[in-house]
Amino acid sequence: MADEALFQFLHNEVIQYIYKSAEHGEMENGRCISKLENMGFRVGHGLIERFTKDTVRFKDELDVMKFICKDFWTSVFKKQIDNLRTNHQGIYVLQDNKFRLLTQLSAGKQYLEHAPKYLAFTCGLVRGGLSNLGVKSIVTAEVSVMPACKFQVMIQKI
Amino acid sequence: MSRQSNRTTDSKKMNSELFTLTYGALVTQLCKDYENDEEVNKQLDKMGYNIGVRLIEDFLARSSVGRCQDFRETADVIAKVAFKMYLGITPSVTNWSPAGDEFSLILESNPLVDFVELPDNHSSLVYSNLLCGVLRGALEMVQMAVDVKFAQDSLRGDNVTEIRMKFIKRIEENLPAGDE
Repeated sequence: MADEALFQFLHNEVIQYIYKSAEHGEMENGRCISKLENMGFRVGHGLIERFTKDTVRFKDELDVMKFICKDFWTSVFKKQIDNLRTNHQGIYVLQDNKFRLLTQLSAGKQYLEHAPKYLAFTCGLVRGGLSNLGVKSIVTAEVSVMPACKFQVMIQKI
Repeated sequence: MSRQSNRTTDSKKMNSELFTLTYGALVTQLCKDYENDEEVNKQLDKMGYNIGVRLIEDFLARSSVGRCQDFRETADVIAKVAFKMYLGITPSVTNWSPAGDEFSLILESNPLVDFVELPDNHSSLVYSNLLCGVLRGALEMVQMAVDVKFAQDSLRGDNVTEIRMKFIKRIEENLPAGDE
């Protein structure tokens, strides 16, 4: 099933829509990114419930992050996170060398300024997934050379 | 990673859930942005159209379907190949008009509406209207102008979901009408 393609088309259309309606209402870029991130949050929140219905309880935070990097990423993006780094103090960096939502955009530095738009939804997706697993976080993304990108997860201790 | 092996069928379902949930988030956002359901319906159709004009290329690249000889063949390809490929369902093609230019796609289940209930204040919302736009856009790229609309919607109380497609004319020019 070519779900991935369908989701990518929908994702791109959503981004176009959010930015087009921003033009009319004269919203800044930040508001659009927040809107996209919030949509991702809702989706991630619901999705993770479905994914973890039958999985065993997570031992600790690192276990949760490993789940995100392996099972969650594979189910959503058909591949795993390539590299996970942590400082063991609540900061995790997830590196994806060939991020599916950026591969169609460019293979280098062209359109770099547009890349954040395509990462906002996924940041929300991760944040939403984590939140429903009981982990409060802030997720940001950075990209220097497409299609590689890094997602930074900062765990918030309540 | 031994869990992975019995998850392969699950992961296909989960991907469609990603799409379903994202679509739901989109419709919610549209309802927030626009005051009335008609506007939301129009937006969904427009967005669907934009997706459709691109999706057709993806479809033609993935499937080895050649040019359709007539509208009946088109209907079969849409129901048996395209819907199966992208949404994992195979609607049935029925209710052909005597002139052979209009038919219905009957969807027993609609993956877009898993987990969805329409609240009372949105009774004229055509939730899955994106599909109409997609079909319209995709067919326009293969030189067919069609009119697509929902005749029945399981979300609004009908037993099945029925999409009515009407052939309008063959498009002669090669240039698309342009994104809206």
